[in-house]
Amino acid sequence: MTTVVKQKSDVMLNYLRPKMKFPSVWCPGCGNGIVMGAFIRAINKLGYDRNNMAVVSGIGCTSRMPAYMDFSSLHTTHGRALPYATGVKFARPDMKVAVITGDGDALAIGGNHFIHACRRNIDITAVLINNYIYGMTGGQGSPTTPSGAFSTTTPYGNVEKHFDACNLAIGAGATFVGRATVYHYPQLEKMIMQAMEHKGFSLVEVVSNCHTYFGRLNRRGDASAMLKEFKENAVNITKAKTMTPEELENKYVIGTLYVNDDKTEFCDEYHKLMDVAQKRKK
Amino acid sequence: MTETNQIDESRSRSKPQSKYDYSKGPLPLEINLEWCKACGLCITLCPKQVFETDRNAKPVQARPENCTQCTICWVHCPDFAITSNYK
Ligand code: SF4
Ligand code: SF4
Ligand code: SF4
Repeated sequence: MTTVVKQKSDVMLNYLRPKMKFPSVWCPGCGNGIVMGAFIRAINKLGYDRNNMAVVSGIGCTSRMPAYMDFSSLHTTHGRALPYATGVKFARPDMKVAVITGDGDALAIGGNHFIHACRRNIDITAVLINNYIYGMTGGQGSPTTPSGAFSTTTPYGNVEKHFDACNLAIGAGATFVGRATVYHYPQLEKMIMQAMEHKGFSLVEVVSNCHTYFGRLNRRGDASAMLKEFKENAVNITKAKTMTPEELENKYVIGTLYVNDDKTEFCDEYHKLMDVAQKRKK
Repeated sequence: MTETNQIDESRSRSKPQSKYDYSKGPLPLEINLEWCKACGLCITLCPKQVFETDRNAKPVQARPENCTQCTICWVHCPDFAITSNYK
């Protein structure tokens, strides 16, 4: 990028891919841009070498993000970001690997890949941007669309129950799980930093706004109104522990929900096994 | 909008809004109007009502003296259109 960085606030312009056309394809006010800013600023603060860092994504509005960022990007097939990332991490354990994914990509089409990546505890950071709907394909209901919510495939309200991505990841064996919203920017940036530093599978679920579909179909208003709603309904995890399940209905519990530093990491274990097996051969 | 303006003026009379003095240097922020998509997030999220909209609904710094360089507008701009001249 030819932009001259004068001040600290411009630092993220340095990480934008020079050949891409800006502004991005996202709708005005889409939370994806805010998460991208947080991700870049977090990586910049951690001081990682951008050439030794892979960012992998699948398909969806969210998954356009790695194309805009000047890391080693890999834009893969729908739902398959985690398997590709597993391959990258496996071949190059020295590399930092992050996956940027959406709710449909990670939990519907890639649902199985998601739980198995959690189970293996491979050192990948997944940033799951949850906007409760399929944006790119036209507002269909996703596995996180809340019961009763409207989408183009649930025109009379959703009769299904929805996934809680964080609980799913904890249950499946991920070792760092946190949730933030695009309104709570400082927590979001800090959580991405912690997740990247954590050794093992880490999930950062970001509650985001798709005002174009979810907002419009559910009368939540524009981007500003949706961010305001996140502010009003977010409850920190320490406060949430003192609340009843009824009180927590329709609230976003944010903060670091689960950390486990004791579980062994997949690549480490595999390379140990490789050493043992090779010795035996000789 | 007039109401907000009045509240602001009374506040600025009682104590200065910002520790930054913009009278000698450039405006607090640089806004890239080519990248801005007029989503309005910066305008609604700014705690000091620094912005007003121009005819294209894009932000203009109408009350620059109020800006505290709190970072809120530029970290929440989804199109990276805002940078600071001071921070
Ligand atoms: S459709 Fe929704 S998720 Fe996709 S860019 Fe627009 S607001 Fe964002
Ligand atoms: S937040 Fe950014 S894109 Fe939205 S109106 Fe402000 S400058 Fe423009
Ligand atoms: S830095 Fe803070 S006070 Fe200044 S314009 Fe932006 S949001 Fe308003």
